[in-house]
Order: sequence, then structure tokens, then C-alpha cells
Amino acid sequence: MSFACPRTCVVAGLAALVSALPGCEREARRFDPVPIAPDARSRADALTSFAAGPPGRGMTERAAAGGYDERNAYVLAQGKRYYRWFNCTGCHAQGGGGSGPPLMDAGWIYGKTPGDVFTTIMDGRPNGMPAFRGRIPEEQAWQIAAYVRSLSGLVPDDAAPNRDDSLLGAPPENLREPARPEDKR
Amino acid sequence: MSDALDAAGPQAAWIARLWWISLWLCVAVFIGVMGALCWALWRSHRTAAAGGDAPARKDRALRILVGCATLLSSVLLVGLLEVSVLTDRALARLPGKDAVAIHVIAHQWWWEMVYQDPRADHVFSTANELVIPVGRPVVVTLEADDVIHSFWVPNLHGKKDLIPGRTSTIAFRADRPGRFVGRCAEFCGVQHAFMAYDVVAMPPDGYAAWVQHERSAAPEPQAAAAMRGRELFLTGSCMLCHAVQGTSAQGRRGPDLTHFASRAHIGAGSVANTPEALARWIEDPQKLKPGANMPSHFLPPADLAALVAYLETLT
Repeated sequence: MSFACPRTCVVAGLAALVSALPGCEREARRFDPVPIAPDARSRADALTSFAAGPPGRGMTERAAAGGYDERNAYVLAQGKRYYRWFNCTGCHAQGGGGSGPPLMDAGWIYGKTPGDVFTTIMDGRPNGMPAFRGRIPEEQAWQIAAYVRSLSGLVPDDAAPNRDDSLLGAPPENLREPARPEDKR
Repeated sequence: MSDALDAAGPQAAWIARLWWISLWLCVAVFIGVMGALCWALWRSHRTAAAGGDAPARKDRALRILVGCATLLSSVLLVGLLEVSVLTDRALARLPGKDAVAIHVIAHQWWWEMVYQDPRADHVFSTANELVIPVGRPVVVTLEADDVIHSFWVPNLHGKKDLIPGRTSTIAFRADRPGRFVGRCAEFCGVQHAFMAYDVVAMPPDGYAAWVQHERSAAPEPQAAAAMRGRELFLTGSCMLCHAVQGTSAQGRRGPDLTHFASRAHIGAGSVANTPEALARWIEDPQKLKPGANMPSHFLPPADLAALVAYLETLT
């Protein structure tokens, strides 16, 4: 007994330490965005090209500067909130589409890269998608782009939102498999 | 200031009375228990010094004493229970005649106050400011937009939680004019600490004038800078979230700014409402209230000044 007790204590202590290890990584929340100069590329091809084309040069760097991080739960949750607040639901519903195309399937008319989605939001697209440049701040548009990608399961599911503030209308985003082409409506 | 012991209404007075009764009773019991403990220590010390066991006769006296103390404790505890039940009952019995109806919606991290009226065009909305008339009961219906919050004006009443998907009610009355502070009393996220609201109790005629003013639309800006500011407000991102009655800005995600300049604070008690603070707030709310849902706007200095000039006309 006098020997077993210290060993039990050591084992218990080690187990506690090991289980505390995941706590070391705290998700970063960026509250102070870096001011970004207006984006010449997305403005230039706004409303002119029907195909998405290759993502513009520097779009990845722009995304990083704008706080785009699809592995960050905070970014995705904020994107979800803005998606509702800015009335994306008005046309795209909860991703199933309405007068706008669905966002939870595998069909991407103007490309599915973060840069493409961002450009679609900021500059609009023909046949009804309005341009939100100057209305939605850039870092929020990046957050919305990340959330839009989560609708079809394109983001890591440990970061995707798992609960709604309102009644649940669809399966939570973190339970979605990447959408397959044959599911396209 | 918020001070639960400085009651401004009948209900806070009841709660404060209950608190004082509990405090003095506990003080008396504490002194009694400590006295008994000291006496017991002193007695056992003396018995040990005399070098003998306590006689059986004293044992009996001790038993009676302990019995009495137990009985007294039960009586005091039941008494406290009774007082708190009576207080609770008194709190629920506020006469509701001629009550002011206000709907309060808690958001992360600000308060929306909607003053109800049977006439739809008399309903108006303000933010982080609860103006109430002295002497009239106020019935506040509470709703949460996102997570659980709690409504607490210590000078007027106790707390009431706001739970998403559920409407609850709290009723109170202010019996003297004054400025109080209400707070969110349930942890609700990073900026829970900056989720306060000013409560202003006004004499009835002052309140009537305030309501009349709040119902009116925003005044037309006169100066050139203010007109430019309004143009920026209506064409930029402000109007996606904010409303100014009398203009096309009808956003509902942020506070209604129709009479913004008459409010005491910006950002739910974050900073005093001055033009300098407002400019800092518009430019980078994240510096003043990290995590707030209002984004930063890095505007050219002239535009920022124009926007501030316009918002300052919204008295």
C-alpha cells in the first residue's frame, strides 16, 4: 500500500497532464484586421466574364491578409452569422437555393476557390447576384466565403459550425460530406 | 451607478430589506457561535488545569444547552425562509395599472429596447438606454437573439434571464428620478463585460416629451459636411446593419441610430458618447471592444469627419 499509492499518484498525474495537452492550443481570433488596398483584379473582371477563370494573382495573399482561415471555427461561425444578417438567405436559403443557385451541392458556376467565392460576393455575377463591394467589409466577405464553402462540406469538419442560433433547418455544416457531382440538382 | 442597496423602487427596497435582515441575523449568529466557541475553549482549558473529568451533572446542562441552540437555529432558518417567501410574494405583486410596455432584445453585445404602443407608428426602437417614467410600473418583455443573457438593474429589481426562443417578463417601478446602470448578468461571450445600458428614470412630463421626441424621424442635416456624411451612411456599409428613421437606412442587425447623439454611451457602455470617441469607434471598434460584431472601417479622414458630423446631428 505504501508503495502503490505514490505510483498511482504518478500515473494519475501523468494522465491528467496528457489529457490537458489539447488545451495548450487555443484557437486564435483575429479582431484587428489589416487594412487592405482595393483589389484591382476582382474589380476588373467584375460582370464581364461568365466563366470564373483562374484565380487572380495575389488572391491567396489577399485571403490571408483578410483573415480567411477555413480551419478556424470562429471565422466560420462569424461567416454563418453574416450570411444570415446580410440576407444571403433571401436568394440562396440555407444553402438549398431559391431564386439564387444552391450552395450546398457540387455545382459551382463561377468557381469554388475562396478567391472565386470572394469575388462573386464583392463584385456580383450576371443574372442577379448583386455586388457587395463597399457594403460588406473585406474581412467579413472572406468569412462569408469560408462559410459558403462549408455548406457543401469543403472545409475541415472540426471547424465547421455545429449548431444554429435558430431552429435547425438542415443538417449541421460539420456533418456534411463533400458534395458529389452526381448530387447536383 | 448600480447599487442594489440604494433602492429606487419598491421591489429593490424589498430585496434590500431581505438582504439587511439576512446580514444582521447572520452577524448575530456568527457572534453567538464564536462566543460559544471561545467559552468552550476557555472552559476545557480550566477543566484540564483542575485535573479532572467534568462531573455528570454538568453533562446534562450541556445537553439542554445544545438542544436549545439547535432549536434556535431551526427557528431562525425557518424565519429566514419565511421572510424570503414573503419577499418573493411581494415582488410579484406590483400593481400593473397604467403600465409602460417595453420589449427588450439582448444581442451579443448590446440591448435593443422597443417601446410598444397599440398604434404601429408610435412604436420606436432605441438601444442601450432604458428611459422610464417615475411612479408608473414598467413591464419589460425579454427576448434573447443569440445566447443566454440576463437583465439586471440592481437599483430597481433582481435579475431575469433571457433565454433564446423563450419570452419572459419582468415588472418594476421607479419611485424617484435618477440615472442607473443595468448590466448583463449572465456570461454571454467575449464582450459580456461591455454590455451595459443606462436606465434613466424621468418625471412623467419629461418622459412624455422624450417619447414624443423619440417617435419623430431624424432631423434633416443642414451643414454640408453632415449632408456628405449622410450620403456616405446611405451608400456605404452603415445602412446594411443600422436604421435611421426618415431615411432609406433600415438595417436591423445593429442599434437604431435615429436619435443616436442623445445617448450617453457608445458600444453598450464601452465609451462616453463624444465626437472623438465616435470617430475612433467607427474607424476601429475592435480597438475599443475586441470581438464586437461591428467591423472596422478605414475611411479617408475627410469622410470619417463627415460621417461623425452627420451622426452628431441625430439628436
